Amino acid sequence: MTANTLLSIEDVVVDLPTPRGNLRAVDHVDLTVGAGRTLGVVGESGCGKTMLSRAVLQLLPKKAKLSGRVLFDGQDLLQHSPEKLRRLRGRSLAVVFQDPMTSLNPVLTIGTQLIETLQEHLELDDAAATRRSVELLAAVGIPAPEQRLAQYPHQLSGGMRQRVAIAIALSCEPKLLIADEPTTALDVTIQAQILDLLAREQARRHMAMILITHDLGVVAGRTDEVAVMYAGRVVERAPTPALFKKMRMPYTEALLAALPRLDTAPHTPLPAISGRPPDPTRPLPGCSFSPRCRYAVARCQAEKPALTDAESREHQFACFHPIEAHAGAGA
Amino acid sequence: MMNQSVPSVRPKSSGALLDVDNLVVEYPVGPKIVHAVSGVSLQIARGETLGLVGESGCGKSTLGRAVLQLRRPTSGRVLFDGQDLTAMQGDALRLMRRRVQLIFQDPIASLNPRRTIGDIVAEPLVIAGVKDPDKRRELVYEVLSAVGLDPTIVVGRLPHEFSGGQCQRICIARALILNPEFVVCDEPVSALDVSIRAQILNLLEEMKVRFGLTLLFIAHDLAVVKAVSDRVAVMYLGRLCEVGPSEQLFARPAHPYTALLIEAIPVPDPDVRPTETVPTGEPPSPIAPPSGCRFRTRCPRADQRCSDEMPELRAVAPGQFVACHHPLI
Repeated sequence: MTANTLLSIEDVVVDLPTPRGNLRAVDHVDLTVGAGRTLGVVGESGCGKTMLSRAVLQLLPKKAKLSGRVLFDGQDLLQHSPEKLRRLRGRSLAVVFQDPMTSLNPVLTIGTQLIETLQEHLELDDAAATRRSVELLAAVGIPAPEQRLAQYPHQLSGGMRQRVAIAIALSCEPKLLIADEPTTALDVTIQAQILDLLAREQARRHMAMILITHDLGVVAGRTDEVAVMYAGRVVERAPTPALFKKMRMPYTEALLAALPRLDTAPHTPLPAISGRPPDPTRPLPGCSFSPRCRYAVARCQAEKPALTDAESREHQFACFHPIEAHAGAGA
Repeated sequence: MMNQSVPSVRPKSSGALLDVDNLVVEYPVGPKIVHAVSGVSLQIARGETLGLVGESGCGKSTLGRAVLQLRRPTSGRVLFDGQDLTAMQGDALRLMRRRVQLIFQDPIASLNPRRTIGDIVAEPLVIAGVKDPDKRRELVYEVLSAVGLDPTIVVGRLPHEFSGGQCQRICIARALILNPEFVVCDEPVSALDVSIRAQILNLLEEMKVRFGLTLLFIAHDLAVVKAVSDRVAVMYLGRLCEVGPSEQLFARPAHPYTALLIEAIPVPDPDVRPTETVPTGEPPSPIAPPSGCRFRTRCPRADQRCSDEMPELRAVAPGQFVACHHPLI
């Protein structure tokens, strides 16, 4: 853990009991986020990316079992009392969810919700909190912010609601913002506006961000580092330019190849990934991606590959037959 | 074989399997009226895939449903193989519906959770009056195999035992069992993960060839639409902005809205910096659409003429039509 590391996730495991048996949602994950930096966490549904963020926020389902360490600003969040955690969340650790309606209260006005958050964490009187709320709504691009304070969430469009959720998340100048699929429910033109807004506010406030998404296109232009998750584990992590320049993990490569792109001709068959992710209640002894991987050999089914360094310590992958090695062997 | 492009937006010949003429769909919300589809005309040639793109609330799903008469249009005509569906009632419409099918966005919600896959896929046959259970069984097995499922394993199971991608395969099997000619696919892959999405898009392409289908493919994702469409129609707030051959439309968009949609797509390449988007705001309400060009409130090129006069679709390039007073080409 270096001096400017803000968040350090160390050997985190999340187990969820289900009627079908134990479900390991997060499987020994290590990640760090530097102050003011953006980490993209990419993966498909069920890969554990949301559960990992809930582990950081300590907002896991009641029955979940969590182990490992989550160091935020030098303190282990897993050792915090519920009261201390509650003060931390919303103050220096904020979150924006996919569906703004899950974080906004439908029966309270926008103003009440903003002012409540501000007064909960900062010592502001009503006039100061109102003034600050108007500034925040203006900062996130909401027209006529004074009038909006009296409105309810249902009176706003999906994009506007997400802007309000972002305003609330930013209200107490957090050090880390976790954005969990913040634009998945929005149209593509609104998605671009919201991502621009997050990037602008992040730079202005020198805030760190974890951007969770299933879309490699979203992380490509807007993160410093990327972690790709599959079946609860990080299978590749690298600085964003290095990852897109030279992907090592076959899953990352397959995920990118499967995306329809505007520069390919119509009716070109897409290189689909056959099969589907493994049942998380029935863990495989080997690499979780091996049943779908075109490079897999016997060893991949028997033994779990650990994260190993590529050219640098910043780029790691979990694979016995990374892309380059395979290409060499085939030549 | 899929390039039977239609020479004009309104061909004189009867080359089109589907000919939608000046379709209007309006419905009341309290005392107000939602202008969901406002005078849309389009043709789809036999064997062609027409992609229909636009943001949520633009009326693209309503248009798809109105074409199939699942929502009766307020005015306009829908000619399918020369016959006007809007004039049909009762049995005639029911018979015609065997030739047209619909695939929905949410595959899990569109399957009855209490019925087995075998029953779900066979139901269109029962409705169509195929009385022989052995014949039904044979057809169910055939279509399930065609969509890549093992019939011996799946027929006795319930929908909850399947993933989203498998449920969409089941929905596709159900849509194809009556051997339809025309299928409306309404956001068929937007609820699916990236790795599964590619499988289903490939499957739809295979099925199109195998069953000789004509498709109206509705989606909000331009890259997905381009992957499967011969021609693309761009819709905004109830009206068509632009129609053209896929390659041409994406290479040289003529409507500022098409250009904006293309620009907003995140590119999976860190060297391509996202363009700081023009502050173009959000679409206005279809209850009170703007006068003239409906896109003018978000358009960087808009002037007085755009609010006074509604632009009509006109040709800007071979096969490419745009409804704009100040097109980009």
